Amino acid sequence: MTWIAKPRLHHPSLSRNAVGYTRRDYEGKVSTLCAGCGHDSISAAIIQACWELDIEPHRVAKLSGIGCSSKTPDYFLGNSHGFNTVHGRMPSVLTGANLANRGLTYLGVSGDGDSASIGMGQFVHAIRRGVDMAYIVENNGVYGLTKGQFSATADQGSVSKRGVANSDAPIDLVGLALQLGATYVARGFSGDKTQLVPLIKGALGHRGVAILDVISPCVAFNNHAGSTKSYDYVREHNDAVNRLDVIEGRAAIAVDYAPGEAIDVVQHDGTVLRLRKLDPDYDPTDRLAAMAYVNLHQARGEVVTGLLHVDPAAADLHGHLGTVATPLNQLGVAELCPGAAALEKINAGLR
Amino acid sequence: MTPIAAVNDFVVKFANVNGSGSASANELFARAILRMGVPVSPRNIFPSNIQGLPTWYEVRVSEAGWLGRRGGVDLLVQMNPQTWDADVAELPAGGYLLYDSSRPLPPGRLRDDIVVLGVPLTRICAEHYQDPRQRQLFKNIMYLGVLSVLLGIEREAIVRLVGEQYRGKEKLLEANLGALDLGRAHALAHFPDGIGLQVRAADAVGERIFMEGNAAVALGMVYGGATVCAWYPITPSSSVAEAFQKYCQKFRSGEDGNRHAIIQAEDEIASIGMVVGAGWNGARAFTATSGPGVSLMTEFIGLAYMAEIPATIVNVQRGGPSTGMPTRTQQADLLSCAYASHGDTRHVMLFPEDPAECFAFAADALDLADRLQTPVFLMTDLDIGMNQRLCAPLAWDDARRYDRGKVLSAAQLEDGREFGRYLDADGDGIPWRTWPGTHPTRGAFFTRGTTKDPWARYSERGPDYVYNIERLRRKWRTASDLVPAPVPTAAAQGARAGVIHYGSTSPAMAEALAALAAAGLHLDALRLRAFPFPQSVLEFIEDHERVFVVEQNADGQMRMLLVNEFGVDPAHLVPVLHYDGTPITARFIVDAITAVLGASPVRPQPERVS
Ligand SMILES: Cc1ncc(C[n+]2csc(CCOP(=O)(O)OP(=O)(O)O)c2C)c(N)n1
Ligand code: SF4
Repeated sequence: MTWIAKPRLHHPSLSRNAVGYTRRDYEGKVSTLCAGCGHDSISAAIIQACWELDIEPHRVAKLSGIGCSSKTPDYFLGNSHGFNTVHGRMPSVLTGANLANRGLTYLGVSGDGDSASIGMGQFVHAIRRGVDMAYIVENNGVYGLTKGQFSATADQGSVSKRGVANSDAPIDLVGLALQLGATYVARGFSGDKTQLVPLIKGALGHRGVAILDVISPCVAFNNHAGSTKSYDYVREHNDAVNRLDVIEGRAAIAVDYAPGEAIDVVQHDGTVLRLRKLDPDYDPTDRLAAMAYVNLHQARGEVVTGLLHVDPAAADLHGHLGTVATPLNQLGVAELCPGAAALEKINAGLR
Repeated sequence: MTPIAAVNDFVVKFANVNGSGSASANELFARAILRMGVPVSPRNIFPSNIQGLPTWYEVRVSEAGWLGRRGGVDLLVQMNPQTWDADVAELPAGGYLLYDSSRPLPPGRLRDDIVVLGVPLTRICAEHYQDPRQRQLFKNIMYLGVLSVLLGIEREAIVRLVGEQYRGKEKLLEANLGALDLGRAHALAHFPDGIGLQVRAADAVGERIFMEGNAAVALGMVYGGATVCAWYPITPSSSVAEAFQKYCQKFRSGEDGNRHAIIQAEDEIASIGMVVGAGWNGARAFTATSGPGVSLMTEFIGLAYMAEIPATIVNVQRGGPSTGMPTRTQQADLLSCAYASHGDTRHVMLFPEDPAECFAFAADALDLADRLQTPVFLMTDLDIGMNQRLCAPLAWDDARRYDRGKVLSAAQLEDGREFGRYLDADGDGIPWRTWPGTHPTRGAFFTRGTTKDPWARYSERGPDYVYNIERLRRKWRTASDLVPAPVPTAAAQGARAGVIHYGSTSPAMAEALAALAAAGLHLDALRLRAFPFPQSVLEFIEDHERVFVVEQNADGQMRMLLVNEFGVDPAHLVPVLHYDGTPITARFIVDAITAVLGASPVRPQPERVS
């Protein structure tokens, strides 16, 4: 048997959130990933974020591609429908699902091989369309599931476990997302849960496409000296931009802030992001500045984490298409079929 | 030389240059004859290019109602010097050539065994119009005027059609009628007696409509309740999505917003991915494509088959392999669709014969996809898709409800009935499913392409895999009872031989059967309308000594499917294959069948297919 049922023993004193669920209700099957895999920490952060956001677990649709990272949706939100699609093509499936029912919360989970190699096209086009989703790339610079080949985010010159040096330049998904106009762009680190949970909460609450690139070291294939995605390397080069807290159900606070202060960004669903700006010059609503900032730090060999960009007034694909508020999958023959009389008119016009 | 003489039974071919604006005049020609109660069947023959290259429009006029391509040309309207020689060579002795005689032709370019009708169209236009675009465009409507006199087409019929076309645009209407009458005046002055080919008002059209298959598919999708369309442009299927957009705009857009979502995806992989996502989430979704698009989609099609997700794929087939003949017609994607994707897969295919069935089957395909939770291919081709066909009026029963298949509601889940996503609860191979978000604690499952147990839990156990595959096979048998049944046509006299055909071959087949019967060769016919094949198909094969399988591909793909699915002796099935990219003709079928049955040929001149 390759699945393990988790004992569902609820401790009576487990605290419940506003919609009556315990943290346990946001868990899934026991992970089959390598112990210590960064992806499991991200799963834990997703569980925490959904619980704190009071999202009803079954109102989340979790979709993924193929890879170790893409297996993770089985390991959280056990009462949600999950869909492990094909390699690199999660964005299109999620787009279709989202078109069918705009009433759910969409979470896309992918890997760097999945999104930056085979799925680069779909990554790019989901952003272009502004699909309302939290798109999490669990980025370890390697193909985990196929055992250690380089992915397209692997740094040039980094060395694989087998001792091969990577001669190709990396693709930076954050830079790309900013360039393409994603309305929420963030980067986290799987080992930094204090920062990651709010970033996920922000992404889930954001209407429009939210890209969250999470550096997620692979203990099996990318945690050795010479790798630029190892725990040690990232910790040394991590330049935290800001910290954010989510404050529920509060009125919007104006976006006006000074170095060292807090900035509140109101999202469409009413949640408020509180950004603690550590860098005195950083303004996450300024996309062009974000691009420059990311590029600058990249050139210094640093990994920038935090909420790099958010457009609080973003529209999403349904907005662009002008679709009705009722989910399309709930419309029936009465709403959809023009009927026999209209057809008779059409016939008459074709004679 | 005796000029050809025929009333309501001839073929006119227009040779034009792509981009010269001739299409609308040519279509007016066909419709005007139709308005006189005489059936026509036009065919576009166009290159895979946008401008400047040759393009042809062929109209068969047939009071008897034969709608297949006849082959041969009686009257050529030659407006393209580039293709002059080849086109003129197609005319038989006694045929007619109408051409623009503004400039003298070099000697030797005309045959003396045909009737040559020169009209200085360019000169007349130059005299009457200043604007270069008008000079070009009105040439077309002017030759229509000439033809109306030559063939005896009622001016009123054309005037009414032009009036409908330019309703509310009085200026354009006037200008077009002016050009029409310039052409008529010239013809009345120079050819007052007309020619041997004549159109005479009849009553042979009835209630039938004149429509393109692609538009009919699109309308069927609207009536059938498709709300999500994801597509990527490819000839000859693009107009399906474009027509869907048009009809949705008309019927599905209200003040509260659009009750549809149409996405022009970045490629076919994304198109089918979106369809699969929408189907998983309970919306009716489809994509329209052609061969190369299906090739790209196959991984997703396998996923949809394995994970059991409804998806409707319209394949407007064109000439393959690869980019083969992108603007010509074939029925050559049968095998690649029947077994699309890796592993043991099998997919439902529907074969509409004309626009009326395109409409009906589009809605049926959506029902079948939901009922069977699997991909369904609607297999049309360029010949039905991009040509206007005379067919029965589109029909819809307002009492019809969409078949959403086995979907458990929150209330049913609440009742506590056992839910195993891949459990064969009813013995028909079709499991129950739930849509995401239905119930807080029941009904959620994980969808994946990998093997699983009946409760959707990941499993690599052999018995779980075998259970699943056996259930999928049961589902396949269930499907053969649900798909549209084949249509038999019994011969007037007891027949020992039979013919199997499908899709766009219908009109040619009907004409061929009549011609064969007239020559004393009686055959029973069976028109297949779907894959999987119902048992009655096997019975038909077994009931006949020999069965011809008529299709438009080089490998005999339907024949292979029949052999493969039923295990019948291949020698029992005689292939009749037409694959040069033009629509199959009755003449071709008759010649192939008579050659095998050993009777003297019904027609002396076998058509060659290179
Ligand atoms: C079409 C296709 N090609 C190749 C594969 C094999 N494959 C499975 S996972 C994977 C790479 C996964 O890498 P990544 O997305 O970085 O995820 P990780 O395992 O590192 O989390 C590949 C190439 C596949 N499943 N499908
Ligand atoms: S191989 Fe790497 S990515 Fe995959 S589970 Fe193990 S540690 Fe995680």
